[in-house]
Amino acid sequence: MNIEGPVCPVPLSRYPAIVMAHGGGGRLMRDLIENAFISAFGAVGDRPAHDSAALDLPTARIAFTTDSFLIRPLYFPNADIGELAVYGTVNDLAMGGARPLYLSASFILEEGLPVDTLMRVVQSMSRAAADTGVAIVTGDTKVVEKGRCDGMYITTAGVGSLECVGTIGPAEVREGDTVIVSGDLGRHGIAVMAVREGFAFGTQIVSDCAPLWDPVQALLASGAEVHCLRDLTRGGLASALVEIAESAHIEVTVTEEAIPVADAVRSACEILGYDPLHVANEGRFVAFVRSDHADRAIEALRTCAVSADAVSIGRVTARGEGRVLLRTVGGLRPVDMLSGEQLPRIC
Amino acid sequence: MRFVDEYRSSADAQRLAARIADVVRSDWTIMEVCGGQTHSIVRFGLDQMLPEQITLVHGPGCPVCVTPLEMIDRAIAIASRPEVIFCSFGDMLRVPGSSQDLMSAKASGADVRMVYSPLDAVELARANPDREVVFFAVGFETTAPANAGAVEMARVQNLRNFSVLVSHVLVPPAITAILSSPDCRVNGFLAAGHVCTITGCLEYEPIAAQYRVPIVVTGFEPVDILQGVLMCVEQLERRRHTVENQYARSVRREGNPAAMAMIGKVMEVTDRTWRGIGAIPMSGLRLRDAYADFDAERKFDVGSITAQESPDCISGLVLQGLRRPNQCAAFGTMCTPEHPLGATMVSSEGACAAYYRYRRTPAAGAAQPTHAGHQP
Repeated sequence: MNIEGPVCPVPLSRYPAIVMAHGGGGRLMRDLIENAFISAFGAVGDRPAHDSAALDLPTARIAFTTDSFLIRPLYFPNADIGELAVYGTVNDLAMGGARPLYLSASFILEEGLPVDTLMRVVQSMSRAAADTGVAIVTGDTKVVEKGRCDGMYITTAGVGSLECVGTIGPAEVREGDTVIVSGDLGRHGIAVMAVREGFAFGTQIVSDCAPLWDPVQALLASGAEVHCLRDLTRGGLASALVEIAESAHIEVTVTEEAIPVADAVRSACEILGYDPLHVANEGRFVAFVRSDHADRAIEALRTCAVSADAVSIGRVTARGEGRVLLRTVGGLRPVDMLSGEQLPRIC
Repeated sequence: MRFVDEYRSSADAQRLAARIADVVRSDWTIMEVCGGQTHSIVRFGLDQMLPEQITLVHGPGCPVCVTPLEMIDRAIAIASRPEVIFCSFGDMLRVPGSSQDLMSAKASGADVRMVYSPLDAVELARANPDREVVFFAVGFETTAPANAGAVEMARVQNLRNFSVLVSHVLVPPAITAILSSPDCRVNGFLAAGHVCTITGCLEYEPIAAQYRVPIVVTGFEPVDILQGVLMCVEQLERRRHTVENQYARSVRREGNPAAMAMIGKVMEVTDRTWRGIGAIPMSGLRLRDAYADFDAERKFDVGSITAQESPDCISGLVLQGLRRPNQCAAFGTMCTPEHPLGATMVSSEGACAAYYRYRRTPAAGAAQPTHAGHQP
């Protein structure tokens, strides 16, 4: 394989696959850290390696979050677990209105994992971090016996500086707010499932996995009054809206026809009996903005490639009982979170 | 998206609803047979578009829902054997048996795998000659041809480690059973379009004639269902009772002869118990004796496992159109998709799950139960 940037030298290359000793705390582990992680992520400043990283923060108000990433397969159309691990945490920071600055990255590796695979993932994490302007400053590695984990698990934690003027969150949502989605839904979930299950849907569906700080920054810079942001990961749009509605005690009404879903994704959902509103995304978010600022917000979002198709899908219609309603062909019906995981239907 | 968007057109749906309102004179109860139709009706709020004279009741056509409890228990007993790889379609995995579901069996160590086609299970059997691969063959006439084909393929390839646990059911005997019940108040049927794609319409003609009910073979999109209702109401108002085909883009009168031949080669008609309804004579399919070696029920000797339904679950009445899901005391309280008492709360085609998902919180002026004054 062809890896840009650092390549693993001896003694890593003596082991084409991860062995238990790579997590044993000895020299082999130190080699792994130096040759795989530090060479890709860089040391923090010129300081020698230490148990923790010292960080310079530009603001007193910071946001802090963590997330774990496990996905099969490790690579999927348009991204891999490494990008997912960086963007996932970066996006959680962005949804709070925070500029992502620093990440930690902890790896649980399965004995027997090809070192090439690890290096490829580490490289894409390095690229993703550079693209997003974050530094990966600390981490950890453990190795578990073969069969005890699905190749590799990655946990990232992130720190960002809060750049929004007020607070962004469900408590700020107001009656009348416009609900905006940043783009079409369901690509990530269907792309991963298609690769995992070996489905071919005619056109290849690629994951929407992407960093979301740029569109959030554009949104904040536009001066539009932003009340709440939420990235639409597991559980999809339905779960995000229901969570916000229930915690803010608001009724949200969205129009099915206005919700963008690519034809290929809709077809796949029709075949499998999935609802696109429940399918996972990794580069999409929903924004609640003051209604008379909605045009300005959408205009700002459309300046970024990742949110070029941002569109209004509904609004906050009442205060009181927390619920989400969907306007369909026949009328209004409630939208619920998914119970458990989506299961393909029989026929 | 072609073949979907044109059948979800709001304008066409409104036009059909207005036409139905023009045509209808009397009160009519129409049963949509298939769970996929129930799902569409509730998901798109189609019943709310209909005039109050028309009551839709939900039929027994959800394959997950009617698979008997003891069959789930047998599946779990087989899946729990260490040599077995147990394969099933996704939505069977969460159907509760007497004490657990297949997903819980998997969590306890059973090798349960979700497949998208019975041929995936045949391939697993070929790739794992040291394991017993069992496929849970459930469903109506729609899934039977592929399941029969999988058994035939295993026979041709001499895969002796492949078998199927068969719980197939047939639609026409269920319609006859519903019509024969003294409680029956169904005036017309929307027959299941996908089932008829396989079987054709001929089997329904004697039923329509004997019980003097119109039967309209109907598709699954909003425009399909409203057009099916319109065709049914037009017949009812003219006191006609024939079989009509709304879903002509998929269904031929004679069905799919190749698929029917595959079913006939591998399977034969048998008595079958329907979950919540009970035994219906000649209402199911089993493997022919020539294919006995591929019958998991015999291979693993689980035929003696029997089970009793929860007394709190009224899914049988729901499946016969005698009660609505939200008329059940357990609905949304003791029985939810997370903790289902009966199978109708599990599958996306189950009437209880559809009501739970789309009707639990009444939407402003819209999501009340279908025409409260006309409930069964």
